[in-house]
Amino acid sequence: MAVIQLAGIERVFHLGDSVVHALTGLDVAIDAGEYVAIMGPSGSGKSTLLNLLGLLDRPDAGAYRLEGRDVTTLSPDEQAAVRSRRIGFVFQSFHLVPRLTAAENVALPMMLAGIPAAERAARVRQALKDFGLDQRADHRPDQLSGGQRQRVAIARATIMQPAVLLADEPTGNLDRATGDDVIHLLEELNQRGMTLIIVTHDPKIGTRAGRQLMMEDGELKSDSARPAAVAG
Amino acid sequence: MRSADVLRFARDAATGYPLRTSLSVLAMAIGVAAVVVLTSLGDGARRYVVEQFSALGSNLVIVLPGRSATGGFSPANALTTTPRDLTVDDAFALTRLPSVRRVAPLTAGNSEINANGRLREVVVAGTASTYFDIRSFKMAQGHFLPEADWSRGAPVVVIGAKIKEEIFGANPAMGELVRLGDRRLRVVGVLKATGQGVGGMNTDEVVFVPVSVAQSLFNTSTLFRILIEARSRGEIEAVKREVTAALKARHGEEDITVITQDAVLATFDKLLRALTAAVAGIAAISLAVAGILVMNVMLVAVTQRTAEIGLLKALGARAATIRNAFMAEAAMLSLVGAVTGYGLGLFGAFVLRQVYPVFPAYPPDWAVIAALGTALGTGMLFGIMPARRAAKLDPVQALMKH
Repeated sequence: MAVIQLAGIERVFHLGDSVVHALTGLDVAIDAGEYVAIMGPSGSGKSTLLNLLGLLDRPDAGAYRLEGRDVTTLSPDEQAAVRSRRIGFVFQSFHLVPRLTAAENVALPMMLAGIPAAERAARVRQALKDFGLDQRADHRPDQLSGGQRQRVAIARATIMQPAVLLADEPTGNLDRATGDDVIHLLEELNQRGMTLIIVTHDPKIGTRAGRQLMMEDGELKSDSARPAAVAG
Repeated sequence: MRSADVLRFARDAATGYPLRTSLSVLAMAIGVAAVVVLTSLGDGARRYVVEQFSALGSNLVIVLPGRSATGGFSPANALTTTPRDLTVDDAFALTRLPSVRRVAPLTAGNSEINANGRLREVVVAGTASTYFDIRSFKMAQGHFLPEADWSRGAPVVVIGAKIKEEIFGANPAMGELVRLGDRRLRVVGVLKATGQGVGGMNTDEVVFVPVSVAQSLFNTSTLFRILIEARSRGEIEAVKREVTAALKARHGEEDITVITQDAVLATFDKLLRALTAAVAGIAAISLAVAGILVMNVMLVAVTQRTAEIGLLKALGARAATIRNAFMAEAAMLSLVGAVTGYGLGLFGAFVLRQVYPVFPAYPPDWAVIAALGTALGTGMLFGIMPARRAAKLDPVQALMKH
């Protein structure tokens, strides 16, 4: 079953007098549990696509169905609720809150969702253990290595058990070895059933994915799952 | 997001930037402290004046010989140039008026007191036992002048605290004989020190003798003043009327002046209240400035934490949640500032009281409530704009600011 269905998605930006078509006529369906890499040069629209998938941005036209539900017509608060429970974000620059400890950063989505403190503490403890961070629970981001920071960020992204995990260049700020660790971690989560969508321009990472979407000038240039359809 | 979590989050955010937070707290604190200290000063001045006047006695009406208001030249004025003196009999006549509670005759003059081998010039006040209650005196030792016929006073004297100290020092004064002019009088009481007095007559440096003794000492039959206590505050005007009528009947014309402390006191009270309010208003400007500073600090916080706001949105925070968190932070800055300022203000007033013990520098309740209210109000009000700005940030744009 398709967890994500995009049909005729358009996204237009107005920069002064010029009109930029960031996304044009996008039709994509992603099944639950898939491992998808979105690739393409800078400005090809892959980040815009990721923002739309994460409900941080709205399309100018087209329909986006997440788990069978049209989410483009939801109110901002309803979209926030969907982001809270169904979508996890992993960013290139980690985006940890500097004044909060690793445990507090992981607990943040649960706190925003209004989950009681006792339950939060139990789930955070388990998550930190699963990600090998139990010795780092009380460390602030600046006391953690890059790899540890990204692991905290992934723990945070998955603590609400989302349907889709969106990763924007998750290894962009890491060296090769720690980057590989992070990719392995994400792949492990994918193997346990989480839909994983990674934006990257690193072909080595892209080819590891089960499916590659190549973007160019706001259009889907190729889809490894449907080679004929796009080529034609 | 739960309220407790909103508060905790806001607190952590505020303490995460200690310098910025402490500066805005300080600004708010100075504003509140300024209001508290300045109103303490203003209200202290008011209380000081009121107390000084109240030391004269409550519901007091004073009769002076002579007419102070001039009526211009008229044949009547030309015929009656010298006013008739006030006498003990005049005073006694006033005791029978319905609105009068007590009457005390007063005659005064300078004389020398001689006792214990020491000599000193003193103000001698000739009066009666009623004077004690009218002036609300307190005794240190013994009692005031005994109740007696005003025309036949006993040879006794009551001395002020300073006179007692200068003449007798640490020795007992009670029962001792003192020489006052050519009289020998026995000390029957010592007044408690007050340090107060209006018109240069500090009661600590006065000796009190029966009015008849003073009149024979100064060889006069007139009175300097007649002091009257009305039955109540509301009857002061009635007393004024009755006294004027009674003395007019006795003297054949209106040749006296009746003054009440009430009128003077009310004017001072009103004046100083207005002054306190004005000073409070000026100090409140600093509160508005502090509020603007809180706004500034919160705007900086929003700019500095743009990426964090974007993250919170990505993690599922609703706009209202972000607004509440920033409002809570602004409210916390104001609250801590206001409470700190209140503490500082009270300390300032305490220091004032230590430096000027006679000055009752306590902040009036209304000023404290107004200062704290204004501090919280401006802090919250100026917190709204930054909080709304934070809530309205576009998450995609916000996340790119890193």
